[in-house]
Amino acid sequence: MLERLRRQDTRLDDYIDRYAARAHGMTASAIRALFAVANRPEVVSLAGGMPNITDLPLDVVGSALNDLVQHDGRRAMQYGSGQGEPVIREAICEVMRLEEIAAHPDDVMVTVGSQQGLDLLTRIFCNPGDVVLCEAPSYVGALGVFRSYQCDVVHVAMDDQGLNPGALTEAIEALRAVGRTVKFLYTIPSYHNPAGVTQPLDRRIEVLRVAEQADLLVVEDNPYGLLGFDGEPIPPLRSLSEHHVIYLGSFSKTFAPGFRVGWVLAPHAVREKLVLAQEAATLCPPVFSQFAVAAYLANHDWRGQIKIFREMYRERRDAMIAGLTSHMPAGTTWTQPEGGFFVWLSLPPGIDSHAMLPRAVTARVAYVPGTAFYADGLGSRHMRLSYCFPTPERIIEGTRRLGEVLEYEARMLEIFGTAVEPESGRLDLGPREAPGPDQA
Amino acid sequence: MADNGYLSTVIVLSGGLSHERDVSLRSGRRVSQALRSRGYEVVESDVDSSLLARLAELTGSVAFPVLHGEAGEDGALREVFDLLGVPFVGSVGSACRVAFDKSIATTVVGASGIRTPTQVALPYETFRELGAQVLVKALGDQVGFPMMVKPSRCGSALGCSKVTRADELPAAMVGAYAYGSVAVIEEFVEGTEVTVAVVDRGHGPIALPAVEIRPESGVYDYTARYTAGATRFLCPAEVEHDVANRCADVALRVHAALGLRDLSRTDLILTSEGEPVFLEVNVSPGMTETSAVPLAIETAGWSLGKMCADLVQAAAARGGKARTISLAAR
Repeated sequence: MLERLRRQDTRLDDYIDRYAARAHGMTASAIRALFAVANRPEVVSLAGGMPNITDLPLDVVGSALNDLVQHDGRRAMQYGSGQGEPVIREAICEVMRLEEIAAHPDDVMVTVGSQQGLDLLTRIFCNPGDVVLCEAPSYVGALGVFRSYQCDVVHVAMDDQGLNPGALTEAIEALRAVGRTVKFLYTIPSYHNPAGVTQPLDRRIEVLRVAEQADLLVVEDNPYGLLGFDGEPIPPLRSLSEHHVIYLGSFSKTFAPGFRVGWVLAPHAVREKLVLAQEAATLCPPVFSQFAVAAYLANHDWRGQIKIFREMYRERRDAMIAGLTSHMPAGTTWTQPEGGFFVWLSLPPGIDSHAMLPRAVTARVAYVPGTAFYADGLGSRHMRLSYCFPTPERIIEGTRRLGEVLEYEARMLEIFGTAVEPESGRLDLGPREAPGPDQA
Repeated sequence: MADNGYLSTVIVLSGGLSHERDVSLRSGRRVSQALRSRGYEVVESDVDSSLLARLAELTGSVAFPVLHGEAGEDGALREVFDLLGVPFVGSVGSACRVAFDKSIATTVVGASGIRTPTQVALPYETFRELGAQVLVKALGDQVGFPMMVKPSRCGSALGCSKVTRADELPAAMVGAYAYGSVAVIEEFVEGTEVTVAVVDRGHGPIALPAVEIRPESGVYDYTARYTAGATRFLCPAEVEHDVANRCADVALRVHAALGLRDLSRTDLILTSEGEPVFLEVNVSPGMTETSAVPLAIETAGWSLGKMCADLVQAAAARGGKARTISLAAR
């Protein structure tokens, strides 16, 4: 048989030589593949960041959608404005007023989730090789956007009070001293993803002072701002500075992510560019979704619904903290989130969250290794735990399983000594190490 | 109705709870599509608590396990098929149990006269009981550097590392133990990486043309395996005819020595002298868009659909094993 065969010489991708350089990092990842197992019911997944919409009144939403189709269907299913429909931009301003942001609908542009806002902002501001400053750690989806535009992410230290203004000053000065172009700071001051911390007001004022002094633009991402559990919400950066802050908002956590409606609030000139970029990307954000969200806001007690969500997430946060307190081995520490979805766990020295994930999956518990939230290979001594989706009982069971895995890891460490790789050893993992958006 | 009019329903099993679930789901989709193209009614099923009820509902159908990793390749599920009298494609449970464990398979294959790498298999408890320092030194002395460290029971190169220095060995051991409690430490054999599929379509096992594997990164790891474009494949391998025949012969002997059935894939390293060295065998080889077996099938002038259909027919003709529990009685 062998003599007769014509040799195939193939890389199993006929398009391989045509891709842009920015596609080169888009590869399969063994860690990401493990999250396929995490979605099985046997596994307690503390990995995904999927909002929990169990409490959403589907009858109200259904009725609003029915009315929309019946009475305004032709408009809702037609192309719309690149900037977004006036009705939703007005509603967005009302939502932002809850957080003391005064804005005019003209300054709002609707996006396909705030993720698209981030994409369009990076598109209009960043050339390949430009620097974007991010907290250490930072939102994995943002790192993915910055990488796709070939930006260099430089992480700035944070602590339990969020981004450190002193570290920010040092980073700006050091980068500019070597001639680097720093385009903006990307930050999540409230209920940080993944760190689960919130920046107090004085820190926010200080960060803004540093940014203004350095003439640095700030991109504030605030998807969880209305989901605080304790005390009064802290004013967003945008409420403190109109000119240096571009604000990203979203209905994904306060209503439902499936509509994919988010927004950017930006100074007029930036907004003009964003609208043109939006038209080039999508012609217009989905009109039906915008009308649907507007109808929900108009016909339902959405403020009351946010309170329901808040209580539901608070109960889960409490379960997570109780579970961690009961089951984590000595030397493990974690943040105490006052809102949002996530806890950031720091492991005893020598234990590597990236290396131990397969064993955790075998033990039927999943988390996201800290390496997913760094663009520079750091983070292996940390992990992100989500409490947003599982029930409180499952969360506690998940922490119990995780505790057992960590005990096993400690034994491995005892046997093999410093068996883990150095923290800077795995460059460029980032977004390939986190579950996709469809994973709970 | 399927193309030969004999059987119409195939249960393609993919997914499961192993670390290779994602790969298995992709393989399963491709096999299902191939069978549908031949007219089969295909039920795609995960392996979960509803599986037995599903099998009971579909009495008379054939199971086609496309499961990778534990519970798919370790033979357990196939023992269940036999227990329940469900005909299935692939090797019997007892043969899978031997083939799936690299340490046991290597011993059996080596005993049949095929060259295998020097290998040591150690559970992690051994290190705990005897002390890692002494054992790590002994491994360095005995196996030598570079060496390969792998989990004994896992696929897709998960947990595998090439170790070039003694100080890299502990991290590699930890990496392998993340996927299972036993690791194999073996001599690194320099050479050309090839893989050879063996298929029995009802007329005896045949070796398909060897596929030569040239990962762009130099390492055929998970990323190189499942990212289209990351690896260059040559099929038939760019080797002399006598070397190609030797590879085919070794793959057939491995298939026979381990008592495998229907389909297997043997991974080999060809030394600079053209000698094939056995690395491992897969009883449920990958069938994804970037897998080697579908490429070998295509190069041989077959179609994946026809080959899968033949395997299903062979399984149907064999029927389920004699059993004490019948699905009808459930």
